[in-house]
Amino acid sequence: MAKYMLLIYGDAAQWEAMTPGERAAHDAAHRAFAEAAGSRIVGGGELETAPSATTVRGGADGDLITTDGPFLDTKEAVGGFYLIEAGDLDEVLALTALLPEVAAAHSAVEVRPMVFHG
Amino acid sequence: MSDEVVAAVASAHRRDWARVLAATAQLTRDLDLAEECTQDAYAQALRVWAHSGVPDRPGAWLTQVARNRARDVLRRESRFRRAMPLLVADETLPGPEDGLAADGRLRLIFTCCHPALGREAQVALTLRLVCGLSTADVARAFVVREATVAARITRAKKKIATARIPYRVPGPDQLGERVGAVLQVVHLIFTTGHTAPDGPDLIRCDLTRCAVDLARMLHLLMPNDAEVTALLALLLLNDARAASRVGPDGRMRLLADQDRSLWDAALIAEGAALLTGALRGGPPTRYAVEAAIAAVHAEAPTWADTDWTEIVQLYGVLSRIWPGSPVVALNRAVAVGMRDGPQAGLDALEPLLGEPALAGYGYLSAARADLLRRLGRLPEAAAAYREALLLTANEVERAFLTERLDQVR
Repeated sequence: MAKYMLLIYGDAAQWEAMTPGERAAHDAAHRAFAEAAGSRIVGGGELETAPSATTVRGGADGDLITTDGPFLDTKEAVGGFYLIEAGDLDEVLALTALLPEVAAAHSAVEVRPMVFHG
Repeated sequence: MSDEVVAAVASAHRRDWARVLAATAQLTRDLDLAEECTQDAYAQALRVWAHSGVPDRPGAWLTQVARNRARDVLRRESRFRRAMPLLVADETLPGPEDGLAADGRLRLIFTCCHPALGREAQVALTLRLVCGLSTADVARAFVVREATVAARITRAKKKIATARIPYRVPGPDQLGERVGAVLQVVHLIFTTGHTAPDGPDLIRCDLTRCAVDLARMLHLLMPNDAEVTALLALLLLNDARAASRVGPDGRMRLLADQDRSLWDAALIAEGAALLTGALRGGPPTRYAVEAAIAAVHAEAPTWADTDWTEIVQLYGVLSRIWPGSPVVALNRAVAVGMRDGPQAGLDALEPLLGEPALAGYGYLSAARADLLRRLGRLPEAAAAYREALLLTANEVERAFLTERLDQVR
């Protein structure tokens, strides 16, 4: 078994512009995903939008620099994630296809294997 | 070393390489090691067969030698190897009751053509692991440096291991989409070999043969897949003309000028029969329509007697299946030029001239040059031939275009 991070990228403005009906369908698709994945979901969640992010880095002289905003300031940002445990990539890809962000034109899901530290 | 042994090893290389590698990878669960051991087994065959003769079943002999070698290495390096990510393979070898999954070569090709790998990596891996081509030959085929191909293959193998791309034939729910990717790779290998992008030869026979072998294997293992059948038909119908595409003088012959008696009638008959099968039941696929076009050409007694009306219609069907393809539109324009004359062909070509996807596509300039030549607009034809010359590095094509240019100058 291995762990995979599903990073959900998209345009937050479009997520926020969803009508209540669209939002309900979106949530239902996530519930269907969760049901299909079952105990393979190790963790996950929806993130507050990028403007709520705080980025921390070290300065040249060892200072701590805390800045307002995300590390990468792009229109499409991570909006949520799942941590999945599965046997192989095909298993994860089949589950990923169920996510509503795959179907929406402005968003997509990046699947990243986690390094296994045996 | 006798020629007979060398020939036997070469023939076993072509026939059994993928099978030996697949069976070894199942054991090693490491593509690199499987490749090394397979290569080793072929090197041993050259030495051993020279002494003790060619075995009755060369493939089985090679598989056994490769797997024994793998077992030795695994024993010796077990501690080191445990730390590396392994190929995800099912623990038990599938039996005949598992149908498709039973053939190791299919597992290998589906892994090489997995959609999580880029197209270039899929092609390089397939040529190296399934067809057994050397990295140098793969590099030459795609006009890139050998180090680039080697790096591409290494990166792809690493991704197969770390992302756990399974060494398995996909299940029914994913099979359709995956077969499509495999067929695209096989088709690309064939077209690259059909007219080599670079070098002294028009055709790279190692590539076309590799593609035809792959298509035959896929058809054998999936006889009911219409798209697979159509692709095999397409490749055979095109391959049937190979002997006539370059004349005895080494010059390229266009379809119009080929000696049709050199066409391989058996391949044409086989391709046509496969096509009939592929068209039975269900709407035609892209490959089926392309094969149908090739069949109309193959069955025409002469260039002038070609059924251009049917060819134009088939390109129309193709552009509906494969909408927006500028190459299909270009081929259709050429066929219109044959059916209705060069002015009509030029009119059909006109909207394609600004097409960004065709900028750098030499056949557009060459087709335009030919239509202008037939209309007697020679200075414009010469300019178009010059443009086409800038866009190909294949020496046989260049010689042909230079000759045409001299005629219109």
